[in-house]
Amino acid sequence: MKKIIVASLIMVLAGSAFAANTITVKGSDTLLRLGQRWAEVYMKAHPDVVIQVSGGGSGTGIAALLNGTTDICEASRDMKQQEYDDGKAKGINIYRVAVALDGIAVFFNEANPVKEITLAQLKGIYTGSITNWKEVGGPSHTIILYGRENSSGTYSYFKEFVLKNEDYAEQTQTLPGTAAVVNAVAKDKYGIGYGGIAYGTGVKYAAVKKDDKSPAVEPKMESVTDGTYPISRELYWFTNGTPAGTIKDLLNWALSPEGQKLAEETDYVPLPKDVAAKNISK
Amino acid sequence: MQTLKLNDTTDTAFSFKPKSKGIIPKGLMLLAVIIIIVILAVIVAIVFYNGIGVISWKFVTHAPEQGMTAGGIFPAIFGTVALVILMVIFGVPIGVMTAIYLQEYTRPDSKITQLIRIGINNLAGVPSIVFGLFGLGFFIGFIGAGIDKAFYPPGRPVWGQPALIWAALTMALLTLPVVIVATEEALRTIPRELKEASYALGATKLQTIRRIILPQAMPGILTGTILAISRGAGDVAPIMFTGVAYYLSYLPHKLSDQFMQLGYHVYVMATQSPDVEKTKPILYGTVLVLLVLTFLLNIVAIFIRSKIRNKRVGQ
Amino acid sequence: MNKYEFKPKSKIRELLGEKIIAISAFTAIVVILLIFIFIFKEAMPIFTNAKVQNEASLSKLFLKQQYYAGHEPKWSWQPNSDVPKYSLIPLFIGTLKAALIAMLFAIPLGVGAAIYTAEFASKRVREIIKPTIELLAGIPSVVLGFFALIVLATALQKLFNFTYRLNAINAGIALGIAVIPIIFTLAEDAMTAVPKSLREAAMALGANPWQVSFTLVLPAALPGIAAGIVLGFGRAIGETMIVLMASGNAAITSASFTDSIRTLSATIAAELAEVVFGSPHYNVLFFVGALLFVFTFIINLGGELILTRLKIRLQGKTTK
Repeated sequence: MKKIIVASLIMVLAGSAFAANTITVKGSDTLLRLGQRWAEVYMKAHPDVVIQVSGGGSGTGIAALLNGTTDICEASRDMKQQEYDDGKAKGINIYRVAVALDGIAVFFNEANPVKEITLAQLKGIYTGSITNWKEVGGPSHTIILYGRENSSGTYSYFKEFVLKNEDYAEQTQTLPGTAAVVNAVAKDKYGIGYGGIAYGTGVKYAAVKKDDKSPAVEPKMESVTDGTYPISRELYWFTNGTPAGTIKDLLNWALSPEGQKLAEETDYVPLPKDVAAKNISK
Repeated sequence: MQTLKLNDTTDTAFSFKPKSKGIIPKGLMLLAVIIIIVILAVIVAIVFYNGIGVISWKFVTHAPEQGMTAGGIFPAIFGTVALVILMVIFGVPIGVMTAIYLQEYTRPDSKITQLIRIGINNLAGVPSIVFGLFGLGFFIGFIGAGIDKAFYPPGRPVWGQPALIWAALTMALLTLPVVIVATEEALRTIPRELKEASYALGATKLQTIRRIILPQAMPGILTGTILAISRGAGDVAPIMFTGVAYYLSYLPHKLSDQFMQLGYHVYVMATQSPDVEKTKPILYGTVLVLLVLTFLLNIVAIFIRSKIRNKRVGQ
Repeated sequence: MNKYEFKPKSKIRELLGEKIIAISAFTAIVVILLIFIFIFKEAMPIFTNAKVQNEASLSKLFLKQQYYAGHEPKWSWQPNSDVPKYSLIPLFIGTLKAALIAMLFAIPLGVGAAIYTAEFASKRVREIIKPTIELLAGIPSVVLGFFALIVLATALQKLFNFTYRLNAINAGIALGIAVIPIIFTLAEDAMTAVPKSLREAAMALGANPWQVSFTLVLPAALPGIAAGIVLGFGRAIGETMIVLMASGNAAITSASFTDSIRTLSATIAAELAEVVFGSPHYNVLFFVGALLFVFTFIINLGGELILTRLKIRLQGKTTK
């Protein structure tokens, strides 16, 4: 027994000697999968580099950057003025770069007859002024709202862009991840949810209309890249100061055609080529 | 002679009606038992049914792949093992010494004993999320950040951030009462004659503790340790802010590394996996591994404890 | 030199050993104090810092606020709003709802099973029940949360046609499963501790077993059952992962048990990782933790007190 404990302890403690070039990446759950994929492939090509990728939400990543506990913060939203100010106060020189695009899909249950929805209706639904499906052309039943925890960038982006900064209705069930939202809507006939388009299976994507007269656009890779899908956003990396060394190399590789191709393969929307080229760090 | 008539129907406090209306309440009590057993059986059955399919050697020895929709759970198992080993190293000695102090050094009705007991019982009742907050505020914010300030150049924190050691310390404090209670129970079974014989041979108290009491109390210490491990493997709230990671591409190898843990892995996959349907079998598989692990630990603990109890009864 | 011969070792070593053991023994108390100090330390700015109070003073945490001109004053938990809203009332309501359901579910089952086990069960049956309860206690709360999120919620919605799939009842029942072992263990202990002589006396007076149980053992063991209920309630209030996963986490101020709820503990778990250290939001979350700590501390102390009195009653002394 003792031997097992000692041996395992050595296993845990050993290895602290091998000096690795460690980069921590933390933040958005939306970007997490892409971050992991990038890390996997990059580390294969650069065995001396260790990249730790973790999620928790954009807020978590930004807090970690401001608290000095991560090198790269992944975020699905821009920092708020307050956060820029906090960073400045803590002596952190915030550098922002877009690494991919994402469309925010609106999820309905597959049994829901409603197919399209306008931005104004979405706002009404999530602020609580529209509470019944029949108001948007569906069956007469209470709309069950699902959303993300307030640490998520998707939460903030949706609030800013769709709700025009009004508060979510208090009935909104906030779930700790997009998967939980998708899962909930898949099980709830009268549910509605939102999240990155890289996610949803088992639910129906709503076609979204900018206003009453606009055409309804489904969230697809093309419609997000060309900007016709109305709820899309840039996904960011934030660093402390202009990237240098390994971080710079990693970033520029992620923005390279090879890195952007990986984004597409993992169901993210790559940046338009000129934007990607422009974002490369010199 | 009326008072001796036991089947009297008058309503005095000490008269009993023999008519057995007890069937109904007894049936209800039995129903409660059955419901509890059914609850446990249903949970276990559902987890087994859905999870057994993915269990394979590869599943427990490989890392998650493709954003947790494929591959195994090895890093979570490794992290869990690392966590509980450190937790045991930090927590068990203190728990055992506390139990020895309470049983061997103080009278059970002394003020000090009672104070310590109140402390232990209250510690056992502190919600695990509060332990998490405490770990963050004390270990990371105070101790860790303090070490960084004293020994490291300013910049990226080394110890003042979530890490394996802080999570293990937090968990060690959380499981302290479990260890103390189990050890004490074993200490109480040690025959007085054994200790007296030791003293008679000229042994000091410390020698008696080391050579007589500790070996005798080993089953109890083991029980406490096993129950603590069972708790440490699955409890999530205390480590959420103190060291566990969502996903790591490497195994923790320093005390200041973050780690993955089975309980947290279940939470992450249940709520944040990128592809719900694809993750589901793996999710159930992970729950199954966690459940089997905690059940095995608990069964071993129950077994050892029943042996201790029989020993006590035997005396 | 034989194995059982002891050399009288140095006094210093003896003394040192004793001191180390004594110091270790105080760890529990020291930790309780440290928890108190460090959690309150981070919650303090709510009372002292004007900038924090601007967003989250005590009155803002507990009283209805008019957040926008022309709107009704209300209780609202929206920490990430343009006008951050930190009312704890919806969280209190959510916590109590879940705990109440948990107790309604766990008390009959826990106490009922305890009575059956202590009074009626044969030795063999007892050997099935007790390990079952211990295994139930051993299930990690994240597994119960998972079970409630995926399985129980769907079953309950089908059964009762709930509007909200994740609600107070769903979370409360899962919580109840976690509470049953606490109530069962304490209640069963208390009943088996009722002296044999008392039962025999009643039997001699012609009572049948169930009469003994209900008119004699149960009243005598009542404090133990009460303590189990009190401590179970403490657990229900503090438990985190189950409610985080199974309750829907919507901070609603309503009386309905079929609404989603957001509890104090789940709020800490969901939001703490995100906040900037030292922000008002951070302070409020530690304040929530401090409240949880104080509540459970009082509840545990109460439970302790009841148990101590039970011991006096049954044994006529305070010791084990």
